[in-house]
Formats: sequence, structure tokens, C-alpha cells
Amino acid sequence: MSTFLGMPAPPPRSPYGTGNLRGDRAFPRAAHDELGNEQLRRNLGRATGTIRAKRLSVTGELSDWEALRDAGSAIKTDTMNRLPELLEQLERKVTERGGTVHWARDATEANAIVARLVRATGSDEVIKVKSMATQEIGLNEHLESVGITPYETDLAELIVQLADDKPSHILVPAIHRNRDEIRQIFRDHIPGVDPDLDNAPAHLAAAARGYLREKFLTTKVAVSGANFAVAETGTLAVVESEGNGRMCLTLPDTLITVMGIEKVLPRYQDLEVFLQLLPRSSTGERMNPYTSLWTGVTPGDGPQDFHLVLLDNGRTAALADALGRAALNCIRCSACLNVCPVYERTGGHAYGSTYPGPIGAVLTPQLAGMHAAKDDPNSSLPYASSLCGACFDACPVKIDIPSLLVELRHQHTEQTGVTPEKLAMKAAAAVMRRPALYAAAQKASALGRVVAGRDGTISRLPPPLSGWSDSRDTAAPPRETFRSWFSSDEGRATLRAAAAERNSDHNEEDAT
Amino acid sequence: MRIGLFATCLGDTLFPDAVKATAILLTRLGHDVVFPPGQTCCGQMHINTGYQREPVPLVRNFADGFGDASIEAVVMPSGSCAGSVRHQHRIVADRYGDATLRAGVDTVAAKTYELSELLVDVLGVTRVGAYFPHRVTYHPTCHSLRMLRVGDKPLRLLRAVEGIDLVELPGADSCCGFGGTFALKNAETSTAMLHDKTDNITATGAEVCTAGDSSCLMHIGGGLSRIRSGTRALHLARILAATRTTPDILTKASV
Repeated sequence: MSTFLGMPAPPPRSPYGTGNLRGDRAFPRAAHDELGNEQLRRNLGRATGTIRAKRLSVTGELSDWEALRDAGSAIKTDTMNRLPELLEQLERKVTERGGTVHWARDATEANAIVARLVRATGSDEVIKVKSMATQEIGLNEHLESVGITPYETDLAELIVQLADDKPSHILVPAIHRNRDEIRQIFRDHIPGVDPDLDNAPAHLAAAARGYLREKFLTTKVAVSGANFAVAETGTLAVVESEGNGRMCLTLPDTLITVMGIEKVLPRYQDLEVFLQLLPRSSTGERMNPYTSLWTGVTPGDGPQDFHLVLLDNGRTAALADALGRAALNCIRCSACLNVCPVYERTGGHAYGSTYPGPIGAVLTPQLAGMHAAKDDPNSSLPYASSLCGACFDACPVKIDIPSLLVELRHQHTEQTGVTPEKLAMKAAAAVMRRPALYAAAQKASALGRVVAGRDGTISRLPPPLSGWSDSRDTAAPPRETFRSWFSSDEGRATLRAAAAERNSDHNEEDAT
Repeated sequence: MRIGLFATCLGDTLFPDAVKATAILLTRLGHDVVFPPGQTCCGQMHINTGYQREPVPLVRNFADGFGDASIEAVVMPSGSCAGSVRHQHRIVADRYGDATLRAGVDTVAAKTYELSELLVDVLGVTRVGAYFPHRVTYHPTCHSLRMLRVGDKPLRLLRAVEGIDLVELPGADSCCGFGGTFALKNAETSTAMLHDKTDNITATGAEVCTAGDSSCLMHIGGGLSRIRSGTRALHLARILAATRTTPDILTKASV
């Protein structure tokens, strides 16, 4: 009898074609359309500018903000380092308190588990509290395909759902819509809504409330995500602004929570750190209006049937990447989106994923892969950044997003075959490693002067440089490089004169 | 002080005036500027575009060229190249190099400075004897601001320039949209960022927009030129090197 020693199996990525972790076009192509939408850019510029200012004012008033960020980063790193044991502890505690834990390897499994649990209740509809995890796996689409109607209860998620749109932001899903657009969506899609509804925020909220109140009171099953889960106690936590989440978490008979496995925290006390970091980083508030914590089931109070679906969907694959795993520390606050100059111009749809912006550009390729198909759109995401670093400064758990983007770019070039770019990079390095050859190439570059106009500028360049010259002039290359000037008579004379200037300054000082 | 000057590939080849200004300025301040002739490129373009094998010889070349113990400090008129030397060479050395390369990289990184850091932190000067009677606005480039944390050092140097009319740039800390090959791979997004930057610059009424990176200035200056704004992009080193007898701005070349 032989013993199977086993080969390490690569951890699974999110399955291709299921869920919302991949767009249908590469980022530059999708961004092209979004950049042409003037209304979108105005909406985004105004919204992100406002949140940016609020965040800076509330983080600035905490004297220990940097220490909190360090603590958040340390707790998350510790969590990732011992994720299996913490998850088993969480499962034990949830089960002890009357909940049921389900393990889902990927989006397909998670969707099937939730659909089965809903069917078992006999209900054909569910109310939902805003959840990134269920967006990620495409749960709504799956439930609809099996005859179950999901109702989003978060105001912004409701707007997106009614418009048959996709969220454009982690925290503010309808950030790309203004009040007039929202009024139109409500008038078109909410049954029995006042046809004279105006665009006052209070009136829009009231229209949504009237519609949702009926759903809260009649629907027997709710689906939620989780911001945190505490391994030590089996406690789940949802933080929100509107109270609709609390309605979902308390009114129905059955509660199904779908949670990415990275959301676990070791101790109850760790919430102290994250309940300060999260609201200040995301909405720029000192505290979010509603924080709901629940542990298993409490007889006679709240849902009597509680299920926790622990979702992998590529997280183990991300965890296995020694450098990239830091992206799992993300607490989905969206601070990086709000400070990102690329996100501010393109909006979230250009990223093609539930997770847009800087963190999405590193998280999405790790969860779903970036080489699943030829010209996988996800392989364009690590390049959707100017590496300006604003995201790193804003991140409450100090994820070094720019370095992760550079690492993913490296992984991408290592996995792709020969491309014109790769050949050019190799050729450039081959020249640059030989100073004599390099100097000769510099001389050749001065030939670029012949294409310059009379004013010494070049206004048109051939592909792939035409993307540059479409909007920017280029100065003609100089006649002489620095190195040849430095060793020339003129260069030496100029530097001698500069040194003499120094000496004459000194003499004047001495004289005074 | 004996200072090793790294011209950077962009500075050496396309924008030598900014490098000349650096050499002249440091010489005028009484320092001995040396130019290791074997120098070429720091490899930042390769690393940021996703290539880490290719720049290994460039990283080694840099460490060898400036590793000489007689060179007390290494300076470059580029925040992004200084950032690459200090933060990225180590990553390349760890992945594809050897212990000797890593040690060489660490030695050089520890004495590498962007121009304003060298002047303020190492040489202890903010008043460098410059004279520049023009309206100027300053753009803090992303890598100087966030990778190197140069803070207000460039502004302190500029404020001490005689005759200068320094005006604040609205939205100064927003990226100009250059980002190396980002400007090619995502040309339209880059352009959208550039337009907001040039709008902010022209709103100041400045004659000159300055910064510590020729690459960002190449981008900003290219945008300013395309809209015929009349505002020039000029490297910080050229303002600091300008004196009553050699007012650099009067020369034609940009950046």
C-alpha cells in the first residue's frame, strides 16, 4: 500500500464567467467611454472632493491616528498569518451559539448554498443589506436565475438595482448619479411613486423608505455581508448609515450572511481599532450611525435561523502570494478610491469589477487571476495607475498599493510571452548597460531634432508614442548631452567660473 | 563635499540644462561635483512598467559607479529616480541579484538624495544665492512628495530666492498624470489629469511652473505648450542656479 504524499495544489481563483470580478474590456478601452461622460466626471469630482475633505478633517483631529493605522495593519497582518486557525475558531463559536457555518470554495458554490438555504424556507424573495461579497459573486443574478427575487435595501444599492446598473464605488455605489437622475429612476421604477416627486434628498429618501418599509415587514429571509467577524466570540458585525441593515438583520426569520474569509478578526477588542478606522476613512464621520453586532441565535429575539457562508473565491490564492497577500488586509473603506486621480476621472465601471479604484486594481487580479483568457481584461488593471501614491497615504491599514501594483505588473510580464514592449525593454536595457553604446544611442537621439518644427517642438509622433503627442508637445532633443558638455572645454570653464563666484562671495563676506 | 552627480537618462539625453544647473549650483556652493562616466539609467522605467530582470545590470552599474567610498553623497535632479534608487533597487537586488549586489545597493541608497534634500538636509542651506525675478508656481511631484517625503524643502529653497514672486498652485498635490508609461498605456486618462493640472497652473498667472522632476515637467510643459499658454515648465535646479549674471530663464530651452 502506498501513501499519497500529495502535490501542492494551486489554490482556486474565482471561476471564470461567474460573478463580477472581470469586465468585458481592458481598462483603457472602458475608460475611454467613461471619460467622454462629462456629467459623470462632474458628479465624481464633486463627490470625491467632498469626502476627501471630510476624511482629512476627522482623521486630523485624532492625535493617535497614525498609531491606529499601525495597529490596524498589525492586526490584519497577524490575522492573515494564522487565518486557518482563526476561521476554525470562528466556526466553532458560531456553531456553539446556534448558527450554521458553510464553507464555499468559490462564487459558484456560495451562490448554490444561498439559493438552497432560501428555497428551504419556502420564500421566493429576500431582502438584502449592502454587501460587497454578494456583489462579487453575482448572487443577485444567480438568485434571479432560479426564481428568487432579491431586494436591495441600501438606498444607493436600490438606485443601482432599479436602474439595472452596476455599482461604481465600494461605499457610495451610486456616486456616478446625481439627484435628477435618481428622481427619474424612482419615477420610472418604484410602483405607485408620486409622479410629482422632486429632487430634494429628503423627498427621494422618503420615496425609497415607503417602498422598502413594505419589503422589510413582509420578507422572511435576509442576506447580509459582514464588515467583521470575531473569532474569539463568533460575533458578526455590520456597520452602516441608514438603519436598513439593522432592519434586515433583525426582522426576518432567517438570516444568511456571506463573508469573505479575510474579514475575521482575532479578538472582540480588535473592533475598538477598526470601528475608529473604518468610518473615518470611508464616510469621513467620527462614527457610523448604525453598528449591529450579533452572535448566533437568541431565542425569541431576531432571526431564529442564522447561516454564515465563509467565502474563499480566490482569497487563498491571494494569501499564497507572499507579496500580494497584503491586499487582503483591505477593510473596504474606499478611502483609496476617493483620493485616486485615475478613479476620479474614470469612475468605477472602467475597472470592470466589484472592486474598483486602486485597491480593486490589485485585489481583482489576485482573486480572479489576470491570465484566465487571452488578453484577460484583468491584466490591464495593474497599469491603471500613475503610481502617484495617494492611495498608500490614505489607506487606514497602510497597504502599500503602489508597490503591489508594480509587483503585479512584474508578475504579468513574467507570465506573458514575447511582446513588442518586452523586446523594446530588453533592447533598452542592453544598450543602457553598456556606457559606450548608450552614448552612441544618445547621439542618435539628437537626430530627433530633424522632426521638430521651427519652434523647436515636436507635435506629432508615430505609434506607440502617438498617445503622448495627441495632447502634449515635445521639446526637440538638445544638440549636446550633459555628459559631453561636462567634459567639454565650455563645461569645464563654466564650472570653474561657478567655483570662482563662490570664492569671490567668500572674499566679500570676509571683507565685511 | 565630494558629491557624485547622477544625470539620469532623461536628464542626460533630453534635458541637460537641468543637470548643468545642478552641477553649477553645487560647484558655486563650494562642492566638488564628480560625474562617474559609466553611469546610464537607474532602471525605474523598467521596474515601473513591470520588468525586474532587465534592469539588474542597470542596478549593478549604478551601485558600482557610485559605490566609491570617496563619494560622500549622490545627488540627482529627479525625485522619482531617487525614489527608485532608495526603494526599488533593493527589491530587484533581492529578487534577481546576490548578496553582494544587495549590499552595494544598500550602501549607495543610504547616501542618495534628490536635490532639495541634499541642499537642505545634508548641506544645510536654503538660501543659495539665486536671483529669479519672475512669477513662479511649484508642483510637488508625486514621488518627491510621497516616496521621498521632501515636504516643503523645495518651497523653502524657492522662498529664499531673491526677486521671486512665488504663488500657490491650487490642487498642487494631485498627480499631473505622467506616471511614465502610464501616459502611453492610458493616454486618455493621463490627458484628463494633465488638463486639470494645466488649468490650475494657468489660473495662477505664473510665468513658470517648476518642479523637481524633468519627467513630470516634460509632461506638464508639453501640455502647456500645446495650449499655447505662455507658461514655461522649468526645473527647480535652474531657478536655484540662476543669478543676476546668469538669468537662466532668458535661454530658450524648456525644462
